[in-house]
Amino acid sequence: MDISPIVFYGSIFVLAIFVGYYVVWSVTPALHTPLMSVTNAISAVIIVGAIIAIGTESSGSLSMVSKLVSFFALIFASINIFGGFLVTQRMLAMYKKKGKKDD
Amino acid sequence: MTNDLTTILYLLSGVLFILAIRGLSSPDTARTGNYLGISGMAIAFIVTIVNLDQNNLINWLLIISGISIGGLIGTYLSKRVAMTDMPQMVAALNSMGGMSAVLVAWAAFLSPGSFGLLINGFINTSSIIQMLLGILVGAITFSGSVIAFLKLQGLMTGSPIILPFRHIINILIFITILGLSTSMILDETGSHTFLFLLVTILSLLLGLLLIIPIGGADMPVVISMLNSYSGFAAAIIGFTLGNMALVITGALVGSSGAILSYIMCAAMNRSFFSVIMGGFGDEATSTQSNENKPVKIGSSDDAAFILKNASSVIIIPGYGMAVARAQNALKEMSDKLKAMGIKVSFAIHPVAGRMPGHMNVLLAEADVPYEEIFELSEINSSFPQADVAFVIGANDVTNPAAKNDTQSPIYGMPILEVENAKTVLFVKRSLGIGYAGIDNELFYRDNTMMLLADAKKMVEDISISL
Repeated sequence: MDISPIVFYGSIFVLAIFVGYYVVWSVTPALHTPLMSVTNAISAVIIVGAIIAIGTESSGSLSMVSKLVSFFALIFASINIFGGFLVTQRMLAMYKKKGKKDD
Repeated sequence: MTNDLTTILYLLSGVLFILAIRGLSSPDTARTGNYLGISGMAIAFIVTIVNLDQNNLINWLLIISGISIGGLIGTYLSKRVAMTDMPQMVAALNSMGGMSAVLVAWAAFLSPGSFGLLINGFINTSSIIQMLLGILVGAITFSGSVIAFLKLQGLMTGSPIILPFRHIINILIFITILGLSTSMILDETGSHTFLFLLVTILSLLLGLLLIIPIGGADMPVVISMLNSYSGFAAAIIGFTLGNMALVITGALVGSSGAILSYIMCAAMNRSFFSVIMGGFGDEATSTQSNENKPVKIGSSDDAAFILKNASSVIIIPGYGMAVARAQNALKEMSDKLKAMGIKVSFAIHPVAGRMPGHMNVLLAEADVPYEEIFELSEINSSFPQADVAFVIGANDVTNPAAKNDTQSPIYGMPILEVENAKTVLFVKRSLGIGYAGIDNELFYRDNTMMLLADAKKMVEDISISL
């Protein structure tokens, strides 16, 4: 069976929206701020695009410019990944501290 | 690595991201969730690296140095940011997300061969459409988030900046972007670098113009919305790159931001459309002046006396508490009250602060137990039994005009019904109006005592007097 990539990824996309819808509604309002920082971190998985662009040899006349652009994309995405996950961890640690005290 | 295995591993990292969000359903599972998210990212990273052409040293140096620079900056920011500044942090991270999407779209445009996008030497049409969409959404996310950041950080006025004909200007820009894009799509064989650049610049401009008319009090919606855009931008790029992890994650983040925007709008009883049109809190200042009405103003000693004689106190924190960084002082005061056998609870309105969950994070930082914190629907029925409602830095979310005054711009917004408590202690820097620009009739009620001072200073003084 031959399906075009856009239909294939489109199907995944639609299903993931539904998964996201139900999963996000289950997040407790107290953790909405960590939700935002962690979604920031995971959306930086776009870093794979930057890595592919840097790491793949190509012969186009603009491929050097492309590498430079990707290098900056790599920096921005890394800021997002490290900043997002670490700040989430920092926030969640504060919620944990309390849990212990209540035991 | 085979294509099948690669795709399966990207799918695995998508699944781990879903579990990371799922973990946030309770503080007990949230940290595990975060580790799952980190693992998902690590898998996506390793798979990508393993699939690279391994021989080129320069490429490796570029990759390692890029990640080190970004990693250091990100780590530094995450350690240094104060919890009160979390909305700015999220806005800044959003802008990075938008920018990465724009840059990756550019990389793919400039070097389409690396991503296998060429057909007969030219980029295939559906990829061009995706790149243009990615640029549009990514650029709006970037410049919009930068404006949101500047507003939240106080580097730019928090009140709406209204340009004449702004809707017409925005529509014209959008139509121009559409026109340029169409001409690029129709002419399959040309080189379109200049047009692509033009679309990028116009999209950046559009993001800027869309966010400047939106006032500070609407920031929770704006931040959620930009969060959602950054997700959709990533998903669109995921289509171009044919990357499973990116498509799944983009959809997740997109729907997460959209749901948060919806929750915030519902908590303000405003339509999403009216929020993004902006201008709120600008024209309402002219409602009848209450300047001559008598106001009861108390000192910290008066407040301490009232609190000491109460048996049940509900504390309502708002943005003013964040600005004054009063959360630790507040926790100290509530500990003193609890030691006297007084029941203390905290009531949090969904739009209190500048982003979803802002107050919860601050109270968690101050070590306030999770069980003492209640949402709007859980606590509203408790106000009639409360002796004291202690409002600190919250204004519009307690304004009874939302229930009684059909003329009020915030009419219909669900509020914390603090006026039902026996006494309302209202900590505020001055008698000025709230961010929505509306006077609060609560100030002039017989059972209200205004405590006019910096929130932190006032709370500390009360603690001393207790």
